[in-house]
Amino acid sequence: MIAINKNKIKEMADNLSESGTGRSLWKDARIRFMQNKAATLSLFILAAIVLFSFIGPYFAVWSYEKIDWNAMGSAARVGMPSIESGHFFGTDDLGRDLYSRVIQGTQISLMVGFLGATVAVFVGTLYGATSGYLGGKTDQIMMRIVDILMSIPYMFVLILLLVVFGRSIGMLFIGIGLLSWLDMSRIVRGQTLNLKNKEFIEAARVTGVSDFKIITRHIVPNLLGIVAVYATLLVPGIILAESFISFLGLGVQEPSTSWGALIKEGAGTIRYDTEWQLLFPLAFFVVSLFCFYFIGDGLRDALDPKDR
Amino acid sequence: MINYIVKRIGIAIPTLLVLIAVSFYLMHAAPGGPFTSERPLPPQVLANIEAKYGLDQPIWRQMFSYLWGVLTEFDFGPSYKYHDRSVNEIIAQGFPITLKYGFWSFIVAVGVGIPLGAIAAIRKNTWIDYLAVGVSIGAQVLPNFVMAPLLIIVFTLWLDWLPGGGWNGGSWQYLIMPVIALSTSYMASIARITRSSMLEVLNTNYIRTAKSKGLPTKIIFFRHVLKPSLLPVISYLGPAFVGLITGSVIIDMYFSTGGMGYFFVNSAFNRDYSVMMGITIVVGGLTILFSLIADLLYAWVDPKIRY
Repeated sequence: MIAINKNKIKEMADNLSESGTGRSLWKDARIRFMQNKAATLSLFILAAIVLFSFIGPYFAVWSYEKIDWNAMGSAARVGMPSIESGHFFGTDDLGRDLYSRVIQGTQISLMVGFLGATVAVFVGTLYGATSGYLGGKTDQIMMRIVDILMSIPYMFVLILLLVVFGRSIGMLFIGIGLLSWLDMSRIVRGQTLNLKNKEFIEAARVTGVSDFKIITRHIVPNLLGIVAVYATLLVPGIILAESFISFLGLGVQEPSTSWGALIKEGAGTIRYDTEWQLLFPLAFFVVSLFCFYFIGDGLRDALDPKDR
Repeated sequence: MINYIVKRIGIAIPTLLVLIAVSFYLMHAAPGGPFTSERPLPPQVLANIEAKYGLDQPIWRQMFSYLWGVLTEFDFGPSYKYHDRSVNEIIAQGFPITLKYGFWSFIVAVGVGIPLGAIAAIRKNTWIDYLAVGVSIGAQVLPNFVMAPLLIIVFTLWLDWLPGGGWNGGSWQYLIMPVIALSTSYMASIARITRSSMLEVLNTNYIRTAKSKGLPTKIIFFRHVLKPSLLPVISYLGPAFVGLITGSVIIDMYFSTGGMGYFFVNSAFNRDYSVMMGITIVVGGLTILFSLIADLLYAWVDPKIRY
């Protein structure tokens, strides 16, 4: 009788310790993410694209600013993609190597996407958490401000900003980042409202931790899951916005380039039988955006507790 | 309900004022006035021009007279570049065009998106569903500035079916490609939202009850499924409207339709601030009005919202 009990207790203890050392939220999420084939594949493709944008230049025969005088003005006849001439993706109308230009554009588009998302995440999380945590009148006023900013036509204001303060990448990503934190702050606020009545927050408040510290040390770390999901979905949105602006010619300026600017150039010369000028940048653009959306969806499924 | 409407309008008005103030401030924060050029004007001439446009007044005075003009007479002042035209004339020329293809794009996005999403949800995991999901993901990564050149390549250069640009009073041949390019990605988003919310509704208990008591499928669908699953779609209509308006910039550039977007980009390159500001305010006002309508619609449809 006692022996059986002992066995049972031991079994239970084993079970307990197993679940104790078992899967944390993040490990669990990683396993669930890996089971999603589309998301995993997208992650690999995206990693390959990022890697390519750093390693690619070492294989380039032509740098992005060097002009191939043979191909200049006769890109349709001479500038097609070929291994022999060293123009792996062909040349543009000015005789510049498209392979190097695409790499340059990839770097800049991804950089704008990531930096813009970082600004948006930083501002949005702090704003939303503060608003939700403080509550009451402060919360109402802060959320009214978000409401007001949200119903302003974002792209028009961004163009206005770029015209007034000059066209530069810095202005571009500050503008995009500062205008795209609004959704994030709403989501974060909603989550904070759920969190702020939990015991550990009360405990912190009772022991006299300051509001600022509670927000940064106790609330924000618990929001990381949802922030990560929306940040992944934010990056393609920002890349789209940047491409839109660059497509208009107001974003990234020559000699720099980005996917939007390259697509614009390629689309402009399409009737001269130089379709590679459109297709290579377009392929990079479309594939990367696909990957971001799939990764975002995968992350959401992996981290969303509703779906367990 | 009336309380809610009043409260909602109470937000809309300060929003518009903030928009006007911000764009006015931005315009004046710009380095260099609208009349600085490479060949400097004689100071006397410059002073005369500035007096004509009221630029020699203190900034708060300018702002109030501008605000007063906008609010009482819809007067957006003169254009700084086209000396014989006012901003109002420019807007009056471009706006009806934008409105026309924007309206049709909206109809197409909603009219195709909702049925597509609904069919995908009802026939879940069949080829119709996969097709609809595939189309909606594809359309998301093909934004209007990619759609526009692709459409021109296919329908103008290869097939030679449709004119590659122009407006011609808005006859249908000139309307098709702008509408397709503008509406596709919003149609896809609406289809996706409809599909997921309808799937959620179809799995609820009350639908199971309705089925088990033997209601015909048609009645279940139109009376019990449709309304609740359209709620997320309604809340998406506001952002979709903003997107359509923004997309008009690309449409005007690509198809030379001559709408507001054309004047906006043009004035952006010419640094014609008063035109930019006028268009931003008109578009902003429309956006605010539309999100107001969408919110009221939402409150009317959703019984859970109390005023």
